[in-house]
Amino acid sequence: MDLTEINPVLLVASLMVAATPLLLAAIGELVVEKSGVLNLGVEGMMIVGAISGFAVSVETGSPWLGFVAAAVGGALLSLLFVVLTQVALANQVASGLALTLFGLGLSALLGQSYVGIKPPSMAELNIPGISDLPVIGPILFGHDPILYLGIALTAAVWAVLKFTRAGLILRAVGENHDAAHALGYKVVRIRCLAILFGGACAGLGGAYISLIRVPQWTEGMTAGVGWIALALVVFASWKPWRVLLGAYLFGGVTVVQLNLQAAGVAIPVEYLAMSPYLITILVLVILSADKSRAPASLGRIFHASH
Amino acid sequence: MIVLEKRPQPSRAWSMSTPLVAVLATMFFGGLLFAALGKNPVEAIETIFWEPLFGEFAFYYRPQLLVKGAPLVLIAIGLSLGFRAGIWNIGAEGQYIMGAICGAGAGLAFYPVEGWFIFPIMVIAGALGGWAWAMIPALLKVRFGTNEILVSLMLVYVAEQLLASVSLGLLKNPEGFGFPGSRNLQSYASAHNAELFEGTGMHWGVVGALIAVIFAYVLLNRHMLGFHIRLTGEAPRAAKFAGVNPARLILFCLGLSGALAGLAGLFEVSGPSGVVSIDFNVGYGFTAIIVAFLGRLHPVGILLAGGLMALTYIGGEIAQSQLGLPAAAIQVFQGMLLFFLLALDLLTNYRIRAARKEVA
Repeated sequence: MDLTEINPVLLVASLMVAATPLLLAAIGELVVEKSGVLNLGVEGMMIVGAISGFAVSVETGSPWLGFVAAAVGGALLSLLFVVLTQVALANQVASGLALTLFGLGLSALLGQSYVGIKPPSMAELNIPGISDLPVIGPILFGHDPILYLGIALTAAVWAVLKFTRAGLILRAVGENHDAAHALGYKVVRIRCLAILFGGACAGLGGAYISLIRVPQWTEGMTAGVGWIALALVVFASWKPWRVLLGAYLFGGVTVVQLNLQAAGVAIPVEYLAMSPYLITILVLVILSADKSRAPASLGRIFHASH
Repeated sequence: MIVLEKRPQPSRAWSMSTPLVAVLATMFFGGLLFAALGKNPVEAIETIFWEPLFGEFAFYYRPQLLVKGAPLVLIAIGLSLGFRAGIWNIGAEGQYIMGAICGAGAGLAFYPVEGWFIFPIMVIAGALGGWAWAMIPALLKVRFGTNEILVSLMLVYVAEQLLASVSLGLLKNPEGFGFPGSRNLQSYASAHNAELFEGTGMHWGVVGALIAVIFAYVLLNRHMLGFHIRLTGEAPRAAKFAGVNPARLILFCLGLSGALAGLAGLFEVSGPSGVVSIDFNVGYGFTAIIVAFLGRLHPVGILLAGGLMALTYIGGEIAQSQLGLPAAAIQVFQGMLLFFLLALDLLTNYRIRAARKEVA
């Protein structure tokens, strides 16, 4: 065992990379839940995003197009959720599960011919002079653009929810859909847009795993990240900056356990590998006492009778 | 302009027929999917639904139907009780794994002693293993209000890691030449869940599944607890006034579904599978969710749905070997079925009416 081999600067830098898929997926789900919809299909949308992004970037050679395709793929899958929950008024929990089961199958089907291929890599941000600075350089200025997109998206979601009329309407729909409907807001339309946004974000998060974090394609490679993202939204009490904090916390746990595995600590690999899931449960338990922040209409079906 | 009008009472006719319509719709769109993969859709559908039952090798496939259907029905029955009451245990896969580990562990602890008492002990250990694993989300929900969906699901990943750990360590076959995986329970007579009648596929798991169906039917229709489960799902406020104890209901539903999933795991590991190995679990715990919904959360419906789902598993395997249909295509097919089912449920609760556009 040699813990001195773990470089703290690299640790923080790789923690940010490990956190980004979670952050992207969770910030999307936050918007969805703020509109009063509980979409448990995050895992399914992520894995579909992962394969569509991977396939497109391998075929075109452009990781950028890959990420666009991932967002579209995730949004398309979430469109199924829209049909089920907003048009057919189906139970949201069951529909979300259906989305995940379907997405896992679909991605395995699409990904058959992509196993073992290396995707084109995305250039990292490189500002001459600044990116080479010790400590700050690799942590703040040495990442791929999507990582910064994740942080920018968090800021944007925060600003939109807090300062704009659109954000206010979204929250109104999530808090009390009957009142919002009575005021003339298009509840179903707003929720559809929120769900599609969540799908696109989850798709991006999935593609971040298959294109940058790993980078390759294996079946079921999201391995529960989508479910952790769902837990993260609860953990963050539906607040964007807390989602960022939580994502970095979980990213940290993941990276530290991987580093400990590599350093050959005397704990068996399996027990280290289960630690992110156990910590998620622990955090859920600690924070579940406070439910007051949840949008009041979360998970309830809206049907305008008049 | 089309409007939805809520039915005062859910339509019984639609409630019975939506699963059938959903199956037909899935066959149609599944056929399109198979055509898109370059297979003859009619041939593929026929291979999946006809071949295992009436084909040339049906004598081999029919017993398989029981083998695959038993764990699905066993798990789905447990899940359906919770789903009815709005208690969402989606970690049955983890409870299935823990049942297998505990059950097989209890059996292997006696190796090489032979005795009639060993298998019953394994059955109890398997049920307890699944029950204990499900009690974690149950107790956390009762005590702290933690979301049982997320906790039970997280525990699936934990159970998978434990499975890897025991098949490489604790339960590893000492005479296995270093290969991962436990001793084969099929060659340990006292622990082997053998076929009860040669060549029928009928093992103790099938018996267990049938007992579970009857038990669930009686519980839901003849017992106060079953009434409380239904009441909580359909009218939570009324249930509160009727004095239903939600904590007791959560503990019961999660515990029972965990125990049944654990039993399914035990019967699988001591019978058809034989060994505790890293790739022991094949997703029965998740497919059982589809089975529960396809059976309309009704015990008899689940029995039929389990049979149908087993058919798609076996038919899918045949289509895989004969037509080269990818295994994942069957997974998509099963997912599709759940989609159509949920979407068509609309017709049970709402009436679709054409309406003239009004001025709001």
